[in-house]
Amino acid sequence: MSGEEFVPLSLTPLLIGICAAVACALPGNFLLLRRQALIGDAISHVVLPGIVVAFLLTGVISTWPMMLGAAGAAAVAVILIEAIRRLGRIEPGAAMGVVFTTMFAAGVLLLEQTDTSSVHLDVEHALYGNLESLIWLDATGWASLLDPKALAGLPPELPRIAVTLLAVALFIGLFWRPLKISTFDEGFARTIGIRTGALGLALVLVAAISAVAAFDAVGSIIVIAMFICPPAAARMMTNRLEAQIGWSVLFAVLSAVIGYVLAGYGPLWLGWADAVSAAGMIATVSGVILVLAAAFGPCRGRAGAPGTG
Amino acid sequence: MLWDALTLQLGYNATLVAIGATLLGFAAGVTGTFLFLRKRALVSDAISHATLPGVCIAFMVMVALGGDGRNLPGLLAGSALSAWVGLLCINGLTRRTRLAEDAAIGAVLSVFFGFGVVLLTVIQTMGVGRQAGLEGFLLGSTAGMLFADALIIAVGGAATVLLVMILRRPMLMVAFDAEYAAATGVPVHRVDLAMMGLVMAVTVIGLKIVGLILIVALLIIPPVTARFWSDRADRVVLLSGIAGGLAGYLGAAVSASAPNLPTGPIIVLISFALFALSLLLAPARGVLAAVLRHRRFQRRVHVRQGLLALAQGQEVYEPYTRRLLRRAGLMRADGVATEAGRARAAKALRDERRWGLVRADQTHEAAAAQYDGLRDIETVLTRDQIDEIDRRIGPPHEVRA
Repeated sequence: MSGEEFVPLSLTPLLIGICAAVACALPGNFLLLRRQALIGDAISHVVLPGIVVAFLLTGVISTWPMMLGAAGAAAVAVILIEAIRRLGRIEPGAAMGVVFTTMFAAGVLLLEQTDTSSVHLDVEHALYGNLESLIWLDATGWASLLDPKALAGLPPELPRIAVTLLAVALFIGLFWRPLKISTFDEGFARTIGIRTGALGLALVLVAAISAVAAFDAVGSIIVIAMFICPPAAARMMTNRLEAQIGWSVLFAVLSAVIGYVLAGYGPLWLGWADAVSAAGMIATVSGVILVLAAAFGPCRGRAGAPGTG
Repeated sequence: MLWDALTLQLGYNATLVAIGATLLGFAAGVTGTFLFLRKRALVSDAISHATLPGVCIAFMVMVALGGDGRNLPGLLAGSALSAWVGLLCINGLTRRTRLAEDAAIGAVLSVFFGFGVVLLTVIQTMGVGRQAGLEGFLLGSTAGMLFADALIIAVGGAATVLLVMILRRPMLMVAFDAEYAAATGVPVHRVDLAMMGLVMAVTVIGLKIVGLILIVALLIIPPVTARFWSDRADRVVLLSGIAGGLAGYLGAAVSASAPNLPTGPIIVLISFALFALSLLLAPARGVLAAVLRHRRFQRRVHVRQGLLALAQGQEVYEPYTRRLLRRAGLMRADGVATEAGRARAAKALRDERRWGLVRADQTHEAAAAQYDGLRDIETVLTRDQIDEIDRRIGPPHEVRA
């Protein structure tokens, strides 16, 4: 495929997909090890009411109010889950189920009640995202990457998700040691003076931020899939956290690239005319990777040592 | 308008939906209770999302065979099949690999749902068979409900409840103590699978009314609500069914009473309202009851400490204690004990002295363990035992001021 076609149509969605996948997979590693994998699920459900409320308050579809609304909804959800868990003495899974389904239902109801026919805001969009439509119209070929005028026309989602990815990576890099220690042995972490409560909350917040940023570009399916599948597959490959992070990044990138290509060009190869949902395909590919890892990964067994699976 | 809806006066379709939603809510509440007690509530989330690819595949197969793609029994059969595959995936991932159940749930949920979305877009490009109906399964669509659809829900719901009744003893045993159940010969793994199968059945029959994203709410919220009101499992099951049925009925009625009120979300929100009421008002486990209990405890501690202070001739400065003592008529405004106050204070001091002896005496060990600074000694020891302790204390003697 030539640069004239690839750069404007596929380069930016591909990059956005990769950045979103990696930004979710990085915190996903820690959430997985801390048995909080479903936080991503809960967050991605409650983002909808946040966005709708932001739209109702501002009356426009613009990014920053919506990101704030989504982040606010995520924070409300985390607080509500904790409150219901403590006040009602209910196990965390059920408390989570109560909160996120209710908030999602409220989001759907608000959406139905308001007149959003003039703007592009609906439930399907929230679920699938619109990765394919994030094209770079100003580009004419590879040379546009160096052309400041064309670069100004980049879809704003790309710099946003790239900055988010950097921030997430920075957070994990800066707090690597405390994160690692508190993930594996919370009691020990507390005795050496790590504030595990604050750190855990920060991790959830970082996950929420990456979820919201990724959600904006690619919809909530990818968000949940990338929080869980690449780290889970990586977990089958190694017993070392450093290597697991590396594998998960690799799997996330692979899912994004293969998924995007399959969604965009796969149907053409089969002789169909139209592409299928890229977000759905990326999630599917990450699932295939997970199945392969679960079937052949060297450390897939519970004991963990190679060969005992 | 709402009254008409509540009394099923809003026409044929609204009546069908209301009856269907009530039955569905009851079945979901009853079934969800076991899931909740087993502490696996979120498995239902994965099961419900895993129905999407099955719905799509069933649609494509039926269209390919030349039939109507929107035939409800066919779609439901497909959804049941893919939900079952998803369930087996969760089981396989948790049993054969090192992944914890929450990771397996999340993986199955997102991957199956993602794959379903891919299939949805494939169907859109097929451009046949009025595919618009399929999106309705995401959030439910009751607008075009037929009598046959309602019949499926009714029969399916009744069958589910019947199966739950038959299986309730082994399911309860597994939910409360899986190891004990295994030791008494209950096939735990199979009971678990049966439980999940019932959840799957509820999910499938609920697709039409509340949709696959929100059916989870009907499986989780009513049991959590019912748990506030009883500690007995069979009562929780029944209450949960009632809470679910009520939410379904009210939700369908409210949604029929005005435009732009989608049935599924309304049912979920009403269900949550019932939950919130229970959380606040339930008699033993509710927040209000806990606050009142705490206040009562606080009052007793203050009064007791105030009386002990009075008995020893000390001034009471703490304002809340003073207020409580005065309101009870035990103390005058100037801080001097009334007649009744002096009597109660002397009794409190004497009890404290009795407790001191009881706690120092090995033979009263069991009674001493009940000491918490508030308990009346008469509730722990017999009259004779107290007399015996009083003999050891000796007769009252003058307190020098």
